[in-house]
Amino acid sequence: MRALTWHGKHDVRVDTVADPEIINPRDAIIKITATAICGSDLHLYDGYIPTMKAGDILGHEFMGEVVEVGSKSTLQRGEKVVVPFTIACGSCYHCGKQQYSACDNGNPADNQDIGRELYGQPMSGLFGYSHMTGGYAGGQAEYVRVPFSDVGPIVVPDDIEDEKVLFLSDILPTGWMAAENAQIEPGDTVAVWGCGPVGLFAVQSAFLLGAARVIAIDHFPHRLELAKRFGAETINFEESKTYEALMEMTGGIGPDAVIDAVGLEAHGFFVDNVVDQIKASMFLGTDRIHSIRQAILACRKGGRVSMPAVYGGFVDKFPLGAFMEKGLTLKTGQTHVQHYMPALLNAIVEGKIDTTFLISHTLPLEQAPDGYKMFHDNQNEVTKVVLKPDLAMAAE
Amino acid sequence: MAADIDAGVKHRDDAPVTTSKEVHSDRALLAETVTINRPAQELYDFWRDPTNLLMVMDNIKAIELIDETRSRWTVKAPAGHEVSWESVVTKDVPGEEITWQSAPGGDVANSGRIEFRDAGTRGTVVRAAIAYDPPGGTIGQFIAKLFQREPRIQTRRDLRRFKQLMETGEIATSARTMTQFEEEQA
Repeated sequence: MRALTWHGKHDVRVDTVADPEIINPRDAIIKITATAICGSDLHLYDGYIPTMKAGDILGHEFMGEVVEVGSKSTLQRGEKVVVPFTIACGSCYHCGKQQYSACDNGNPADNQDIGRELYGQPMSGLFGYSHMTGGYAGGQAEYVRVPFSDVGPIVVPDDIEDEKVLFLSDILPTGWMAAENAQIEPGDTVAVWGCGPVGLFAVQSAFLLGAARVIAIDHFPHRLELAKRFGAETINFEESKTYEALMEMTGGIGPDAVIDAVGLEAHGFFVDNVVDQIKASMFLGTDRIHSIRQAILACRKGGRVSMPAVYGGFVDKFPLGAFMEKGLTLKTGQTHVQHYMPALLNAIVEGKIDTTFLISHTLPLEQAPDGYKMFHDNQNEVTKVVLKPDLAMAAE
Repeated sequence: MAADIDAGVKHRDDAPVTTSKEVHSDRALLAETVTINRPAQELYDFWRDPTNLLMVMDNIKAIELIDETRSRWTVKAPAGHEVSWESVVTKDVPGEEITWQSAPGGDVANSGRIEFRDAGTRGTVVRAAIAYDPPGGTIGQFIAKLFQREPRIQTRRDLRRFKQLMETGEIATSARTMTQFEEEQA
């Protein structure tokens, strides 16, 4: 089959590799009909995530048709499914508490050592996201092996367009969990840093959860425009001073809840960010965290900080003092996708949530490397790239 | 005399003796603990038949049952070599604990204990403790490497596989093809 493989920083290629096979009884093989490039794939593309190996197949947002099942899979051949990016067993203590991304068993035993060393406890397996999270092949390919297929994939109606449900795999539940973690109370003002897909879904979700006002912060005009469409007020940090603007817009109180949907590669020419970038380049630190620093400083006293953004390592100058003195609460984590999928699928089917607005480009799988490059280089206009293995190549 | 699992140092605090900061050059003692979301009896039953352990333990070539309490363990060594010892169950509390000790004359003297402690709604706390005498000689160097390099990590991985098999009915693998899977198993 053809698959998008990682070979190093800014080097991804479509290669021919062996087709996946059923290995364990609960496995299923899915023929991919649509898959997307995630903002967090850019962290791999930029070489920020350790434990990648040349030839790894990327992709953790995907859906398709069940073509083969193991003896213990509950799926049927021909069913149309969306697959969560977190690989969870459904039977351990954490899965029992619906904390699927903390699953004890989704990550192979030998791959759990790094998580244990780095984080104290290993996390669940993830598709196409380094060997620390299992070394599982991802779904930017023609086929993918899905372990624990009786727990993860959700069956969707045959007649629904892929574009409407594809984002159940990651970014829609992630945006929703971000808003849920902000513990929004009726009448709250919520500020969202980053208007990428997760930030935009967090804006939508925050309103659905009762926020009176949502303030979206970014520097890409097109992305701010999308946030505005959902009713958010906007701050372009290249044009306005974010902290000062937030204070004026909230009567000097600060937002009741803040959401960092930017993460470890925060943009912008700020002194702390530049220092972070130098340290990252010298491997003295790994993450650039300007957005979370600013979110903590702006948040009202006793407010809530929600952090869906991906961080991987260690940071400097985390404003721990402000965090403590103001009595803030922080909630974060990889998304417990399986927990959110059924209700969000209903919301999509009932027309309460629409995610198709996000897709700016659809390409054949063969052009995936171009997709990575354009998503990386032009984040203003390229909001989401969807890849389709069956799509004919564009004329040269 | 083989390493004794019970020859612990005296401690003032409540921490397990295997977490002591004191170093004993003449013997090694390690323990790993995992919580498994299954009843203690079921886990004990699996462990009581040593041949089951081939499924979850790496590096083991064969485990032969000699009788109710004795089994012969054979471990893979480089260049086609192998080392072995006879293991004798010295204490057996059904549903709770199994303690074993290597018989004299084996390639590596060791003893160990696995305990199963009911943990209510969380299942069962499983603790494996292993003590061994670092052996000498060429074969001893290999054993030392096998056991000392990362004996704790090896035990931890074995327990994780045990947990996966008991909780999910299978052992997680990221292999994509049967060929890859068989290479990983080799």
